[in-house]
Amino acid sequence: MKKLLSVSLIVLLSACASQTTQPEVDDLNSGSNMGNTNLSGSGSGRPGYFNQLQDPNSILSQRSVYYDFDSYSVKGEYREMVLAHAKLLRDNPDASVILQGNTDDRGSREYNLALGQRRADGVRNMMALAGAGDSQIEAVSFGEEKPRALGSGESAWSQNRRTDIVYRGE
Amino acid sequence: MFPDRIKFLFCALILSCGWISFPSLAQLNIEIFGGGAARIPIAIVPFADENRLQQNITSVIGADLQRTGLFKLVDTSGASPHAPADVVFPDWVNRGASALVIGRTVAMPGDQVEIQFRLMDVSKKTQLTGLGITVPSSQLRSAAHRIADVIYEALTGDVGVFSTRIAYVLKQGNKYALQVADADGYNAQSIIEYNEPIISPAWSPDGNRLAYVSFENKKPVVYVQTLATRQRHAVANFKGSNSAPAWSPDGNRLAVVLTGQGGSQIFLINADGSGLQRLSRSSGIDTEPNFSPDGRYILFTSDRGGSPQIYRMAVTQSENPNAERMTFEGSYNVSPDYSHNGKSYTFIHRNNNQFNVAVQEIGSRQVQILTNSKFDESPSFAPNGKMILYATEINGRGILSAVSSDGQTKQHLSVQSGDIREPAWGPLPKWK
Repeated sequence: MKKLLSVSLIVLLSACASQTTQPEVDDLNSGSNMGNTNLSGSGSGRPGYFNQLQDPNSILSQRSVYYDFDSYSVKGEYREMVLAHAKLLRDNPDASVILQGNTDDRGSREYNLALGQRRADGVRNMMALAGAGDSQIEAVSFGEEKPRALGSGESAWSQNRRTDIVYRGE
Repeated sequence: MFPDRIKFLFCALILSCGWISFPSLAQLNIEIFGGGAARIPIAIVPFADENRLQQNITSVIGADLQRTGLFKLVDTSGASPHAPADVVFPDWVNRGASALVIGRTVAMPGDQVEIQFRLMDVSKKTQLTGLGITVPSSQLRSAAHRIADVIYEALTGDVGVFSTRIAYVLKQGNKYALQVADADGYNAQSIIEYNEPIISPAWSPDGNRLAYVSFENKKPVVYVQTLATRQRHAVANFKGSNSAPAWSPDGNRLAVVLTGQGGSQIFLINADGSGLQRLSRSSGIDTEPNFSPDGRYILFTSDRGGSPQIYRMAVTQSENPNAERMTFEGSYNVSPDYSHNGKSYTFIHRNNNQFNVAVQEIGSRQVQILTNSKFDESPSFAPNGKMILYATEINGRGILSAVSSDGQTKQHLSVQSGDIREPAWGPLPKWK
C-alpha cells in the first residue's frame, strides 16, 4: 500500500511581497546610542574659520593623511597639518570634526574597517594631545568601502590608505 | 534601478575531467565539469501535466540536486511513467539509474495545484518516500524546492537546504542593495537600497530579521530589520564605528564591534539596543564575532598576537576569561563562521597574497583549504554544513561562489551586471 503524505506548503516568501527602497526608521535608542552624525549645515551662519578651511594658501585646506602599507602612524610630513587642525579646534570650541579612516581593498571588509578605525584613532589621539576636546572629535572608519582611487595596484592603494578630516557643518 | 528578479548564472563544477552538459536545463546555464564516480544516478521523469503549469517543477528539482555535485541526472527520453504501476524497472536499470522520481500535477479550483511525487528505489523496486502538496500556482518553485529537499534527505541522510534563502549585497554603479533570494538565486528582492555602502548582513536564527551595517549616516551603524514588515531600528549607533553584528542562537542578543572605548572591541547588546555590555578586552583589534550554535562561545578575529588570527572566547567569562588562539598557520586568518553543529568553522586564510576559503575542525584543530581563487571573502556555512557560500572575484567583478565542505564541488552565482558580495546563508525554514 503506497500512501502519499499530504502536507500543505508553508508560504516562505510572503515576507518579500513588494519591493521597497527606504524603510521606515525606528531608532529605538537615539537617547542612549548617540545618533548625532549630521554633516550638513545647521542652518545658522557659517563660522569664520570656514574661510581658512577653504583657503588654498592655508595649511588647513589640507585634509588628508596618507599612510604607508600596513602602517597606522601619522607620518612626519602630515604632523604640521594635523596640529593646525587641532589648534583650530582648540581655538573654536564650537567646531567639531569627523575623522574618516580608510584602507585599500585587500582582505576582510570588517577587518579593514577596524584597520581604518586605527588610522582615524591615531589622528584623533594626536589632536587630543594637542588640546582639542574629546567631544569635538569623532573617529570613524569607512574601511575599504569608499576608495578614493579605483582599481588595484600600489598607485590606487596608496590613495586609499588615508584619514580624511571633515568638519561638521561643511 | 535594480531589477526585481535577478537570474543567477550557475556554473557547477566537480573537480575532475571532461564535460557533460544538460541542455534541458539551459535556462539556468548549468554546466557540470567532471565525472564524479560517486554521484548518485537519478532519473527525474517530467510530472504528468506539468507542462500546463506556469512553472516547470521537475527542472527545478533537477537543478537543485545537480548543484550539490552529489547527483547525476539520467536521461528519461522515451519513458513517461507517472504512477508506480507504470514503471518498467529493468528499463531504468539499463539506463543506469539507481533512483527514479515520478509524479503528477493536478490543477485545482482557486488557482491551486496539487503535486504528488514518489521517489523509487530502482534496484529494490520499492518506493522510498513520497509527498503530496497543494500550493497556489505562484508557489510552484517553492514546492519544487521542498520536493528536492525530501529527495536529498532520503538519498543522502542529510537535511536539504533548497528551501533556504540567502542574503547578499549587490552593488550597481553607486547604488547598494541588500537583497534576499532563494538559495538558487531566484526571487531576489531588495530589502533596502542606498547610495552608501552596506556590509555584513547577518540572519536572525528564526530567519525573520537581518542585522547589517549601513553607511547611510556617513559612518557605520548597525541596524536590525524585520523582513516581513520592512521595519527597522538602529541597534548600535554609538560614537565611533559600529559594525560586525552576529546573532546569539536564541535571537535575543547581538555581538557587535564598537570603537568608542578605544580600539575595535566586541560588545553584547540586546536586539532592541538596550543592555550594552563589553565582552572583549584587548588593546588592539577584536572583530568579526560569531556565536557557536550552543551559544557558549564566540569565535572572532584579533591582532593581539601581532597578525590577524582567529580566537575563541567563552561568552560567560567566568567560565574562561582567556581567549584561546585557534589559527597558527600563516599571517592572516579572518572572518570565522561556525558550522551548524559547532564542530568546525570556515574562515579566510591568506597564503602568498591569495585569500582562500578554509575550514578548521575544532576538535583536531586540523585546517583544510578548500579554494584556489585569489580574492575570497565572507564565507558562510549552509545550515546543513554541506556547502559554504562565499564572495570571490572573476575578471574584476564580484560574484558569489559555493564550495562543498569537502572542497570537491564548486558553483558560481553571478548577476548579469554589478558586483555581488557579503553573502550570508539563511537558516532552515521552520518546518524542518
